[in-house]
Amino acid sequence: MRFRSAPVVTGIAAIALMATACGGGGEGGGDDASAEGALVIWSDPERADAIQGAAAEFAEANGIEVDVQSLTFGDIQGDLLNAHQAGNAPDVFIGAHDWTGNLVRNGAVQPIELTGDSAAGLDETSVRALNYDGQLFGVPYSQENIFLMRNTELVPDAPETFEEMVEVGTGLKDAGDTSEVLSMAVTQEGDPFRMNALFGSAGGYLFGQDDEGNWDPTDLGVGSDESIAAMERIAEYGEGGEGVLRRSIDLENDAVLFYEGDAPFFVAGPWNIADADEAGVDYAISPIPGFEGEGPATPYIGYQAFFVTEGSSNSALAQEFVTNYVTDTDFILSLYEADPRTPVQLDALETVSADDPNIAAIAEAGAEGMPMPSIPEMGETWEPLGIAQAAIIGGADVREAMEAAHETIAGQIGE
Amino acid sequence: MASRKTDTAGAPGKGAPARPGLPGGRFAGNGSLGGQLVKISLLGLFTALGVWAALPLYVAGNWLGIALVAGVVALVYAVYLSKRAVPVKYLVPGVLFLLAFQILPVLYTMSTSVTNLSDGHRGDKQQAIAAIEAYSVSSPDGAQEYTLTVAVTGSPETGDLVFLLVDDEGSAYAGDAEGLTELTGATVEPSGKVTEAFGYSILTPAEVNARSEELSEFAVPSGNGSGIRSSGLSSAFEGTATRVYDEGCDCVTDSETGAVYHADDERGAFYDEEGQRLAQGWQVGVGFDNFARFLFNPTFASSFFGILVWNIAFAVSVTFLVFVVGLAVALTLHVPQLRGKVVYRILVVLPYAMSSLAMFLLWRDMFNTDFGLFNRMLGLQVDWLGDRWSARAAVILANVWLGYPYMFLVATGALQAIPRELGQAAQIDGAGPWQAFRNVTLPLLMVAMTPILIATFAFNFNNFNAVWLISRGGPFSPDNPTAGATDLLITYTYRLAFNEATAEYGYAAALSVMIFLIVAGMSVISLSRSKALEEVD
Repeated sequence: MRFRSAPVVTGIAAIALMATACGGGGEGGGDDASAEGALVIWSDPERADAIQGAAAEFAEANGIEVDVQSLTFGDIQGDLLNAHQAGNAPDVFIGAHDWTGNLVRNGAVQPIELTGDSAAGLDETSVRALNYDGQLFGVPYSQENIFLMRNTELVPDAPETFEEMVEVGTGLKDAGDTSEVLSMAVTQEGDPFRMNALFGSAGGYLFGQDDEGNWDPTDLGVGSDESIAAMERIAEYGEGGEGVLRRSIDLENDAVLFYEGDAPFFVAGPWNIADADEAGVDYAISPIPGFEGEGPATPYIGYQAFFVTEGSSNSALAQEFVTNYVTDTDFILSLYEADPRTPVQLDALETVSADDPNIAAIAEAGAEGMPMPSIPEMGETWEPLGIAQAAIIGGADVREAMEAAHETIAGQIGE
Repeated sequence: MASRKTDTAGAPGKGAPARPGLPGGRFAGNGSLGGQLVKISLLGLFTALGVWAALPLYVAGNWLGIALVAGVVALVYAVYLSKRAVPVKYLVPGVLFLLAFQILPVLYTMSTSVTNLSDGHRGDKQQAIAAIEAYSVSSPDGAQEYTLTVAVTGSPETGDLVFLLVDDEGSAYAGDAEGLTELTGATVEPSGKVTEAFGYSILTPAEVNARSEELSEFAVPSGNGSGIRSSGLSSAFEGTATRVYDEGCDCVTDSETGAVYHADDERGAFYDEEGQRLAQGWQVGVGFDNFARFLFNPTFASSFFGILVWNIAFAVSVTFLVFVVGLAVALTLHVPQLRGKVVYRILVVLPYAMSSLAMFLLWRDMFNTDFGLFNRMLGLQVDWLGDRWSARAAVILANVWLGYPYMFLVATGALQAIPRELGQAAQIDGAGPWQAFRNVTLPLLMVAMTPILIATFAFNFNNFNAVWLISRGGPFSPDNPTAGATDLLITYTYRLAFNEATAEYGYAAALSVMIFLIVAGMSVISLSRSKALEEVD
């Protein structure tokens, strides 16, 4: 009979043990609750500390804790959409302006109103880039664009045109000083992001724009005669032509070719600067040159912005944060210290440019650039266009490749 | 220790008839103190786990979830405290894990595969309508901006919200749900913030924030359907919602363009007469449309079946080649008179010991046309990853290199278990080395190797890394940029589901279900055939 009751005793003991454990963990539970009342911000790791520091003042002034969580930048959009759907999204997050269309389509962000004064303090194009359907959805704080890095030991003066650059580079290659003319990533799948600088210079376009600068998804220009002519011009430098642009140059080896002195020119981005400094190569930054007799090169400009999540339980403070703190010069400067990217806040840009000639040069290189279209349809163009461009660089028929890409994109957009 | 563990399993008491053959049964009669203590702490831990899982469910008000958790905890208590049902004690943990990590995801994937879950169709209809209305609020250029102070009449937590508004000229207003009235006798700072107003209590930032949800819907009507809405804590704007949902016609009317968008509950979006849709849609069930798309739609079907054929060819050739190469090396190193066997074996196993992720990336760089090791060493100009056949060969080659050491290990072990006398006996009977291998060694080897080969096949059938890291599924033709020459079903699915452009979870889930059915089918068939093989032997 004694053993009959053993299970009961065991069960009670187990529950009692659990209860004791919970009693001990009570403080931990309290922490969780307060974290729930905090303003949660998702950031990339580079800026997380800067935001946490800069937001401390905001937190104190408004009686709320600020909790900055860091995620890889590229993961933020996807994770945010999933978290939003599951109801545990952050209140504020950092994102790229070209996500706007997709975020809006999924109803994941709140429209934002900037006061006239705050908006006037920001670069006008950057604010327009974060507009979608006549509404502002994020507050931009930095921009980035690609540019030309040249080895000043080999090439003291910046080339004015693409032709001139190829001539200088070919001269160096023939003399045996370098093994490449230009290091520009093309990759097997194509890189429409980099290629757009040349594509735009030669007159190609992806989407038309209306008078107010809104992108028009019904005016798809991939298969247009202008775009085909542009790719024909680029193909002259491809593997079937001069061999300056090649698919074998990809994102793994493009920087190395330049740092080791194998290529005098390098189509680079702000993310390459730290490594270039470390590699000890003498470099200078200038705009990517356009084709002779054509327009200037049009590198894409990407803006980073703060967004407020739809359904945020702290939306009043979240909006206050992005509209009044993110537009503040001191806040932008503290972010710049953590991760030097060209600010779009005009006063901050002026301060920073005075100290850092690279920032000024990058801003100049982006002067003729175009904001990446932020409509969701843009996402459908990357793969088909990249594959067509890579095929063309490899020597495929230009018209056939571009028309095939046009058809694919049109089919996907139309769905 | 081992005997104590078996104690905790519990078993029929003294009174119950002893059942032979049940492990633990004989030992568990009385249960030692140590065993009891282990049992108590494990059960306690498990209960804590249950409570930990139930708390967030309680917060979210998910009663079904709580019932499920309680049910599982109760089941575990019943099984481990009872003295009967010994086999169940062994099965319960495995079955629970199987349910949680295998069956549930499969069921969830299946339920997703019959919906249109994708970008623009993530939430429900209410969310879509709310977003459409909120996003259509437009404040025309030059609309009035106000400096805002949020106040209430009554208590800060529940009182009616009032916006104390100061315009550019410094005139102050009080706005509530009724409309705007002039505010007199208030103390206004130079910044435009109101610090005191008779009859209103001004909220602190934290108090305002606590009422965020209410604020996002609150607008002070200012005539003509416009309203003054807050933006943060200290500014407010006049704006008009141009798109309004009407429940009567289940449609959204755009007052600016006059367009009417009707809800289409089959496609999960609002469409106007010309077929133009509003971007914000909702999730709906689409039956077997996703399956029909890749089975019957000509473009998708040709991609799907093309990839399926290559996928099978890839898995078969990799499995076959790693087996042949691994076995050949194992046989070579099995020769008794060979010296330095240990060194050779270590060398052969090396590729298996290195991180396959890094190795795949290394292989990709070796295949580079201009800078890659292969072309430089051989003086070739082959565009390895740019041509469909050479890319396929490259992927298989890299995978065989990484896969054969495993086969070698297994084959070496199996060979050592086969008595050498059998081979010698065959030789005495007049068999040549090949005949001895073919008719004696190989059949014995296959008994041990067949399950491994099936596992290798199933693994390579879904070998995402091998393809994604080397070729990303490419090369692609410009006509069909979604299906590449080396794409496996799994990389193709991944691209569809997590493509930055438009995540198509519904379609990707349907593909996953197909992959699941194909792999499960193949495994069942090959396992039953291998059983037949064993019986013959």
